[in-house]
Amino acid sequence: MTPVWTAGFHGPNMNRLSRLLTAAAALLLGGLFVAPIWSIQLAAPQYPEGLGMKIGISSVRGLTPNDLDNINKLNHYIGMQRITPEAIPELRIMPWIVGALVLTGLLVALLARRRLLYGWVVLFCAVAVAGLVDFWRWEHDYGTKIDFEHAIIKIPGMTYEPPLIGIKQLLNFTAVSWPDVGGWLAFASLGLALVAVAVAARGRRSSSGDDVMDEGVGDSAPVLPPVLRSNSAAA
Amino acid sequence: MSNGSTRRFIAAGSGAFALAALAYACAPSAKSNSSAGLLAGDAASRTYVPPGSYDEFYSFMSGGFSGQILVYGLPSGRLIKTIPVFSQFPENGWGYSEESKPMLNTTFGFVPWDDTHHPELSQTDGVPDGRWLFINANNTPRVARIDLKRFETTEILQIPNAAGGHASPFVTPDSKYLVSATRFSVPIPQADVPIESYKQNFKGTLTFIRADQPGKMDIAFQIMMPGFDYDLGHAGKGPSDGWFFFTTYNSEEANTKLEVNASQADKDYIAAVNYRKAEQCIADGKGKKFGGTYVHNYLPGDSYVATTETKNGVTLLDPSACDGVVYYLPTPKSPHGVDIDPSGEYIVVGGKLATVIPVHSFAKMQKAIADKAFEKTIDGIPVLKYDAVVAGEVQKPGLGPLHTEFDGKGNAYTSMFISSEVVKWKLGTWQVLDRIPVYYSVGHVMIPGGDSKKPWGKYLVAMDKITKDRYLPTGPEMSRAAQLIDISGDKMKLLLDFPTMGEPHYAQAIPASLIKGNSIKFDKLTENGNPYVTKAESEGGIARSGKRVDIKMIAVRSHFAPDNFEGVQLGDTVYFHVTNIEQDWNIGHGFAVFGAQTSNLILPPGETRTLKWVPQATGVYPFYCTDFCSALHQEMQGYIRVSAPGSSVALSANTSKRAQTQNATGTTRESEHAEKHDHAREGSR
Repeated sequence: MTPVWTAGFHGPNMNRLSRLLTAAAALLLGGLFVAPIWSIQLAAPQYPEGLGMKIGISSVRGLTPNDLDNINKLNHYIGMQRITPEAIPELRIMPWIVGALVLTGLLVALLARRRLLYGWVVLFCAVAVAGLVDFWRWEHDYGTKIDFEHAIIKIPGMTYEPPLIGIKQLLNFTAVSWPDVGGWLAFASLGLALVAVAVAARGRRSSSGDDVMDEGVGDSAPVLPPVLRSNSAAA
Repeated sequence: MSNGSTRRFIAAGSGAFALAALAYACAPSAKSNSSAGLLAGDAASRTYVPPGSYDEFYSFMSGGFSGQILVYGLPSGRLIKTIPVFSQFPENGWGYSEESKPMLNTTFGFVPWDDTHHPELSQTDGVPDGRWLFINANNTPRVARIDLKRFETTEILQIPNAAGGHASPFVTPDSKYLVSATRFSVPIPQADVPIESYKQNFKGTLTFIRADQPGKMDIAFQIMMPGFDYDLGHAGKGPSDGWFFFTTYNSEEANTKLEVNASQADKDYIAAVNYRKAEQCIADGKGKKFGGTYVHNYLPGDSYVATTETKNGVTLLDPSACDGVVYYLPTPKSPHGVDIDPSGEYIVVGGKLATVIPVHSFAKMQKAIADKAFEKTIDGIPVLKYDAVVAGEVQKPGLGPLHTEFDGKGNAYTSMFISSEVVKWKLGTWQVLDRIPVYYSVGHVMIPGGDSKKPWGKYLVAMDKITKDRYLPTGPEMSRAAQLIDISGDKMKLLLDFPTMGEPHYAQAIPASLIKGNSIKFDKLTENGNPYVTKAESEGGIARSGKRVDIKMIAVRSHFAPDNFEGVQLGDTVYFHVTNIEQDWNIGHGFAVFGAQTSNLILPPGETRTLKWVPQATGVYPFYCTDFCSALHQEMQGYIRVSAPGSSVALSANTSKRAQTQNATGTTRESEHAEKHDHAREGSR
């Protein structure tokens, strides 16, 4: 019997479409390295030009170079903690996690095993959920752990937790939290991965198409996907 | 007397009274009709700029005897900003802060006031470009550059060998030169001579200033002229590019009662100066080194600490040494404005005592020079024949023509001071097309770009010298009036009447689109090069050097850090160097300290400004933020303790614990000191 940890390398192959979808999903996810994932915009009467933050894979930045500092200056009135990106460990770990997801996704497309695909998508979902939960946890922490001893403006019962997604009034500011380009890329990536699963699963039910490779290649060297094959031939 | 005759008397008396009353009521009135009825219903909508919307034009009006520049929006007539230039401005500390004080230095020492007359926008190819604004100081001759990215004065150059910088500053189409001429002739070089020796000893100068390199404004050369009064000027353009034209009056060279004595001659002169020829003569070594001490004050963009540099000597050109550099064009009578039409061909002169508006032709002038159609020469300067240069005369234009601007559609608009109206006439046919009353006694008129190659001929602003009944009475001193006139159609239409501050002599305006996007929001703290900058909350402190105490502190919503100082002694001079460390648009702070014999400081974000304070008595004095900055503005304050000379109170500056935790670069010695100080205070409670 095959050990569990190598189980994924056995079993049925993915069809070409699902491999392409998987590769595309992994590449889209790589967009997180360039595009911000989430944005929190703050609107108030005396900020006609807006104020806000963009949360990236390894950074929390202002919409303009000074926004973060200006948000911190405002937050000192209500006793909120300073937002210091250097003190958020997730920003150091995230690139590795996302990088690993991208690489393993590409590897799944390369190895073309259905079970690996299922495993990867489960992992992807887990990371996505963990990421959102973690984001919510930070927002909750910033928004509710108020230094009431030194806060200048104290409003009993008031917390300043921005919404995970949506709109919320925080004193004079209207906070709008919404996925940014990177967030939408991640959602699209997850969507593609799920479609890849569906396509692969359907391929199994009617496993007679041209793209469906023989089962039971086993531990032999992985077969290059057709796309890469033709590319390397051209090269 | 019988009852009957009494009745007759009464009847006759009341009849006479009724008759007299009727006659009084029917007497012709000299009072003109109110202008209010002339306003068409659409005038209000034409000048209405809805809340939150912007004006179409920025207009820069001189503040006259206020020494400043006023920025108005057009067509709304809203005052948007005062830009301090030659006068101290306690509103923001200009000329009071240590950083800006050197800007008002002259060879006569610190001069806290002057008289601004003619704003002049920089040009590229004869069209205003929105880079800089220049303006003159009439009393102690100087010119200033205002950077339109900042709306701040960044450079002031004194003009030596001159008195009364009135014909100033006028720019060449490429902004290479700014030109300034003496209104008052004086002994040059200055000398202790009898005033009656005017005709022997008094001279005028025309000064060409190199202006196209910010920070390096300097005298390029001066031309020595006969001792007339040089009143106004304008550069040629197009065919007349390379020439400069100045009006002169008092060609009688009177030194007293000029009102009469300088109004004798039928004609005075336009001085036409071929400045390319002057450049050539100087390159050929025909200029001479001449004395003259002057200063150049500059506020560089990296530190905003102004410096004064004293300079000596200029290159002087005598017209007799440079054939063909200057010609005089006879012009009736005591001319004031000289304005060149957009094509560069016509030289329009406002002969303030003339009954016509004479217009010279540049082409005819060139021909007259080639034909040597000279009437005579004055000090080696040929005087051309009037008939050989005049292109035409506008007949019966009104009384007291002063200044002319152009709409770019072939029309000219001339202000009539005495008949208090603006007259529209056609270039070439010299026919009067329209006239409109103004309120009252108009000086300059201004059309955006109206003295350039490309006027934006939509509006005209008339700037008046007399206000009388235009606004609610405010006692013997009143603001001046200005009228906005629609010139887009055949008939001029009065749109708006608005008050102006000081005395706007002249103004220039430019479409907002050429400036709006260039205006900077705040200075970057990281680029602040002030030697006393404090970039982080914990970096402030107090230091002594003899009797001088330097305090470095920051201002941020809503506190100063440090905010308590001790150890200052009577006899010390204290310098508060306050840095606004905000990096956000329009988040300003201010600073004032009790008993300071100076103004407050306004601190724009990212800037450091310094207030000098000489305590007059021992005690504890508060300082506070003067610019309502935030919800806790009233809490933004602190104290400084002044002890007797020789006191044992240690020099100390506290910094709150919170400030210390917000330190970007580590704890400084001062804040350690301050911490001890805090403990000491707590212990004493």
